Amino acid sequence: MTETTTLSVPVTQGDEDKYKLRMGPQHPATHGVLRVDLELDGETILDCYPQVGYLHRGFEKLAENRTYAQNLVLTDRLDYMAAMANNVGYCEAVEKLLDINVSERAKFLRVMVCEMARLTSHLLWLATHALDIGAMTVFLYAFRERETLMELFAELCGSRLTNTYTRLGGVRQDVTHEIMMKLDRFVNEFPACIAEYETLIDTNRIWLKRTVGIAPVSAEMGLDLCLTGASLRGSGVDYDVRKHMPYAAYDQLDFEVPLGETGDIYARYRIRMEEMLQSNIILRQCIEKMPPGSIVGDDAPDLIMPTIPQKKVTPDTSAHQGLIKLIDDRNVYMEGDVYVATEVPKGELGFYFVSDSKGKPYRMHIRSPSFIHIGALQTLGKGVMVADLIAIIGTLDVVLGECDR
Amino acid sequence: MQILIILLQIVILLAIVLLHVAYTTYFERKVIGHMQVRLGPMTVGWHGLLQPIADGIKSFFKEDIIPEQADKPLFLLAPVICLVTMLASLAVLPFAKGWVLADINIGLLFIFAMSSLASYGIILAGWASNSKYTFLGGMRSMAQVISYEIPMGMSLIGVMMLSGSLNLTEIVNSQGGSLFSIYLFPQIIGFFVFFVAMLAETNRVPFDLPEAETELVSGYITEYSGMRYAMFFMAEYIGMMVMASIGTVCFLGGWNGPFPIPFFPPFWFILKVYGFLFLFIWIRATLPRYRYDQLMELGWKLLIPLALLNIFLTGLFKAFF
Repeated sequence: MTETTTLSVPVTQGDEDKYKLRMGPQHPATHGVLRVDLELDGETILDCYPQVGYLHRGFEKLAENRTYAQNLVLTDRLDYMAAMANNVGYCEAVEKLLDINVSERAKFLRVMVCEMARLTSHLLWLATHALDIGAMTVFLYAFRERETLMELFAELCGSRLTNTYTRLGGVRQDVTHEIMMKLDRFVNEFPACIAEYETLIDTNRIWLKRTVGIAPVSAEMGLDLCLTGASLRGSGVDYDVRKHMPYAAYDQLDFEVPLGETGDIYARYRIRMEEMLQSNIILRQCIEKMPPGSIVGDDAPDLIMPTIPQKKVTPDTSAHQGLIKLIDDRNVYMEGDVYVATEVPKGELGFYFVSDSKGKPYRMHIRSPSFIHIGALQTLGKGVMVADLIAIIGTLDVVLGECDR
Repeated sequence: MQILIILLQIVILLAIVLLHVAYTTYFERKVIGHMQVRLGPMTVGWHGLLQPIADGIKSFFKEDIIPEQADKPLFLLAPVICLVTMLASLAVLPFAKGWVLADINIGLLFIFAMSSLASYGIILAGWASNSKYTFLGGMRSMAQVISYEIPMGMSLIGVMMLSGSLNLTEIVNSQGGSLFSIYLFPQIIGFFVFFVAMLAETNRVPFDLPEAETELVSGYITEYSGMRYAMFFMAEYIGMMVMASIGTVCFLGGWNGPFPIPFFPPFWFILKVYGFLFLFIWIRATLPRYRYDQLMELGWKLLIPLALLNIFLTGLFKAFF
């Protein structure tokens, strides 16, 4: 305790000019528990090393010991901003593996909740991205609309954040008339809300100074870095799983994939704003085209939860029998592997299964866009300033729950 | 006897100003709350009216943590420097005709000197905490002060030329009592430069880089807690008030208003100061934050040339009319 009063900036031998800063994992702008090790010269970043794993929960290993139906709840905890989209992605993959049919109505319901999840995720992205750059009011405006959607989720499936809404072969609950009415009202009002956010930041000189030309990603570079989703489309690469490899009911719906040119932060911001409007259009079509019928496929009735959710699940109720059936009776388990990609708000979420016909995945791999986008941080973060790095973390739209799994 | 009276005046002034500081935080939270579709403090007292007092008590009784690695004397001194210099600059402000503690003839210079000294508090806080974020915050503050003291001083040279004095009472008197004779109109360029520099000087959005929450956690105050944190907070708000007062005195005609208010002469002065504070808050609710190098660019490439132009034009005006 003798030498404590002198300020000592830790430096390694040989590079005394570098100021090393360990940003995170408990830092207000790293969106969870991302840690970035920085080497600074003044405020300019010489080198940047993202470190992940602070939220690792071992989902991929855990999935090997649980049945396909049980694994569904794990996917809620991946990208907790858009749990619905993860549910759909998981179910699409398992259904392809086990060859389960999905009813038409369930397909539309899945698209509907996917797009609602996209809106909640993009609204949260807008809120935090603007807050990172210093625009505080956008944060609260965006949360206002997000709250409406969260309430709708709660009304639809009883849960705001971890929805577990889909089931193998369909969805868990049907929509009520009230939910459709509320969604209809939301869809009507939402474009005006987008316009409201845009008045605050779209042509704001400071916002433009902080976003235009910062961290540009060319189309080639974006492909090299394996970027997907809005981060790639901002560079002008026309790739959207919904459009090019349609799943659920996306092939029956009419929507556009917005593309940027410059690939900088502003371009990606514009893409996500446009995507929100496109999601709104898709929601409008879902409301209009929603077909009648069952919410589960014909050959998967034993995979859904009991109709009365309040009923306690004891070993002799039908729910438990359903799970037992899943493990024992069903003869659809086949050997082989399958990879199915879906377009979640963050990018391309892929589930890769290897099945050995035991009723549980032999191996489940999740291709999570956030993990890959954080990998791009090292390239994009070189040579920019500390404030830009925060903006880049925001614009890549990463969530650590999905990155670390 | 004379000294006793002055001491009494100082105590009364400090009490009033600190009460205003407490309620400026309430004012800010309420205004920004309503701008952001929420209500602001609502729990303590009617519509949260007692919230500042609760905050004061809370920070008073909180543990005063001194980091083990900190440079202790400087760490303890830094918030005191900030607060004392800000409080000292209150001495020369004329709140109404004759309502001024020290009517010295270099009032404006005194305030500049004090607000420059306050930035020592910030720099020392950043240095003495021995933390990386505070260090970056302190460095940013240093750069910011150098860039913005200069245009701020220059923007007021026009006012000095028109009034021919550095005494704040003189400056108000030279503007006369009517709306059209205030210096806002002849010195509109100077006012613009002053206003931007004022935001930077008080570390407010869009120039809140030394304490940029999402970049540097809390900048130079990251390691402070309890009353020492509150002292920085008070210094920032008194700084805002002092700068708003300078703006009021130099550009808006000080305590003069459309009609005199009996029994309470500083009414118009306080109203104008709160108008400035409202602008501060409005800007905070609206604008994002500049980047460090963009801040420098704005200061050196836009504000200083504009301020020089303003001095030149004022000089021409004085020479030919």
